[in-house]
Amino acid sequence: MWNYLLKRVALALLILFGVSALIYLLSMLMPADYIDNQTAAAVQMGTMTLDDVQRLKELYGLADKSLPGIAKSYLKWLTSALSGDLGYSFVYGRPVTDVLSQYIWISFLIAFISYLLEIVIGIPMGIKASVNQYSAYDYTVSVFAMMGTALPSFFLSALLMNVFAIRLGILPLQGLTTATKIFPHNAYFQILLDKAWHLVLPITVLTLLGVGGLMKFTRTNMLEVLNSDYIRTARAKGLSEHTVVYKHAFRNTLIPLVTSLSGMLPGLFGGAMITETVFAIPGIGYMALRATQQGDIPFIMGYNMFLSILTVLGMLISDIMYMVVDPRVKLS
Amino acid sequence: MIEKEKAAEQTISNINQEARDGYEQHFKVISPGRMVAKRFFKSKLSIAGLYMIIFVFLFSFVGPLIVDVTWGYEELEVFKIERIDDMVSTADFKGPDGKIYTYYDKSQTLVYFKAPPSAEHWLGTDTSGFDILTRLMYGGRISLTISFIVIFLETIIGVILGGLAGYFGKWVDQLIMRIVDILACLPGLPILLVLSATIKSIDTIPAEHRIYYMMAFLTLMGWTGVTRIVRGQILMLREQEYMLAAETTGISPMHKIFRHLVPNTMPQLIVSATLGLGGVILYESTLSYLGLGVPFPRAAWGSMIALADPSKGQEILAYYPNMWVPAGILIVVTVLGFSFIGDGLRDAFDPRMKR
Repeated sequence: MWNYLLKRVALALLILFGVSALIYLLSMLMPADYIDNQTAAAVQMGTMTLDDVQRLKELYGLADKSLPGIAKSYLKWLTSALSGDLGYSFVYGRPVTDVLSQYIWISFLIAFISYLLEIVIGIPMGIKASVNQYSAYDYTVSVFAMMGTALPSFFLSALLMNVFAIRLGILPLQGLTTATKIFPHNAYFQILLDKAWHLVLPITVLTLLGVGGLMKFTRTNMLEVLNSDYIRTARAKGLSEHTVVYKHAFRNTLIPLVTSLSGMLPGLFGGAMITETVFAIPGIGYMALRATQQGDIPFIMGYNMFLSILTVLGMLISDIMYMVVDPRVKLS
Repeated sequence: MIEKEKAAEQTISNINQEARDGYEQHFKVISPGRMVAKRFFKSKLSIAGLYMIIFVFLFSFVGPLIVDVTWGYEELEVFKIERIDDMVSTADFKGPDGKIYTYYDKSQTLVYFKAPPSAEHWLGTDTSGFDILTRLMYGGRISLTISFIVIFLETIIGVILGGLAGYFGKWVDQLIMRIVDILACLPGLPILLVLSATIKSIDTIPAEHRIYYMMAFLTLMGWTGVTRIVRGQILMLREQEYMLAAETTGISPMHKIFRHLVPNTMPQLIVSATLGLGGVILYESTLSYLGLGVPFPRAAWGSMIALADPSKGQEILAYYPNMWVPAGILIVVTVLGFSFIGDGLRDAFDPRMKR
């Protein structure tokens, strides 16, 4: 087992190395880089010469756009990244790691709450639908679940904003705090409440988008288990339907559920780019979209590497959980 | 004597004929394809999905022709419809007597665009005076065409590389699957944003060609799923007896892969392709929502919803749902239709799933 894990970790590192090289190459190919954009006005006004611009670019390692040049600056980036330094963000003027560690928490909070809601809503619905397969309940829940996965996040957000923020006016439209309200400095509870109020719609959107997939996943796996012989035995013994479904069947469905749900955990830190942007929530996804649109290469690199690490970590965790949850599994 | 024998023979053959007729009557030999079709059409959801997709196709590909023939205009026809727009703003203020008064300010402006739904323009016109219904049709063309092309290319790449990896194993498999691992680990949307920014900044690429590059990028990011499916299936099929038989006939490996192995992965391929179509449509609409899809005067469902973005002002989000709600509904109908069909096909191909 340790050998297997070691192999997986080695593979994960190899993947991350490949991903980092690829992302670096791609972001260096972005010609509209930040320095050109920022200095264009100054150069035109004559306050800066092209030499100055060139020097700035060299400072940031953006001057040499040939392949060997990119390789050289990539190695420089890699060595400093390995020591935990992801460079300075152009747009935010701070170390990338600082920006990341400041803004991931609000994204994580939103994602984590909707993750819990998805579990609480999706799994019981999936179980009920699988027990009553082909019933009206099953069809209704399945259609709603699929609708959730078919809705673009920006459209769902716009609909909810239209209804709850504008027509009914009971929830705020955008942002994280009410700009017109001024709280006394020590009114922590009120500030917290105000922020929570602003997060209701984004969390609703993420939950509605995600709950369908989980519900369908539960339903499919439950159906598979419910068709197995030992369930028939349990029913033949005369156990109550409740015991059969929740004690015998659901326990086995937990194997794939726990595996995939634990694999989703790291991803919760990644931020929801579109949803955060539509609601103007200053999470990491929102910051990343702004940075990407302005060609902030150190931030793009840092953020995308961060996302890739989360993905790889998620795969590793679900692999390990698979072994932990199911004692029959011996991976080699 | 001979006559009698002949007659007897005749009767026997008649009986045989009757028996055969009866057999034909009572037992029907159904080909596997027919069986799949039968199971597919038994599910109400698959039929609903089929109707939804047929509707979207007719709407997007036949609709513009009908509009052109009956009313004689296309996507980019600008309509100036005069109407007077009342804008009432209110404000509360405290009078000198201490009571609260409400102040109303009504201003009237003459607007030409953003016409409400009418008999001529069923969904009204948008901020540029384009007919919304017609733009929905053209936007559908873009979405459907892109999704089909991208899925088609993805499937081809996936079949070839997955087939090679699964059949040859060893270093071929290692090489291809490591590339797949790396690409599958790339964060999709951020990378597409970076790529589209790159494309946008290259002046030699005309704006209307950008969408082809986006299709290529979507394909390059998406082929890994198909490759994994094909490889997994082939690893399983490779060990079966019929492949041993194929081996003994001494046919070439290419023949074995693409004649004997790949056709057996077809059910999984068709299902994943159908489900993938919806995914590409969602991606494409997200990109056009962010302004990275087809450039402005052309219509796309995503960019029509982008009109309602509250960061650009709440007016359209609040008062003109006719501009963005239909586009969203069409996206949902299309994606939902494809996933209904995909699910129906999966159940039809795999009878074990049915109880």
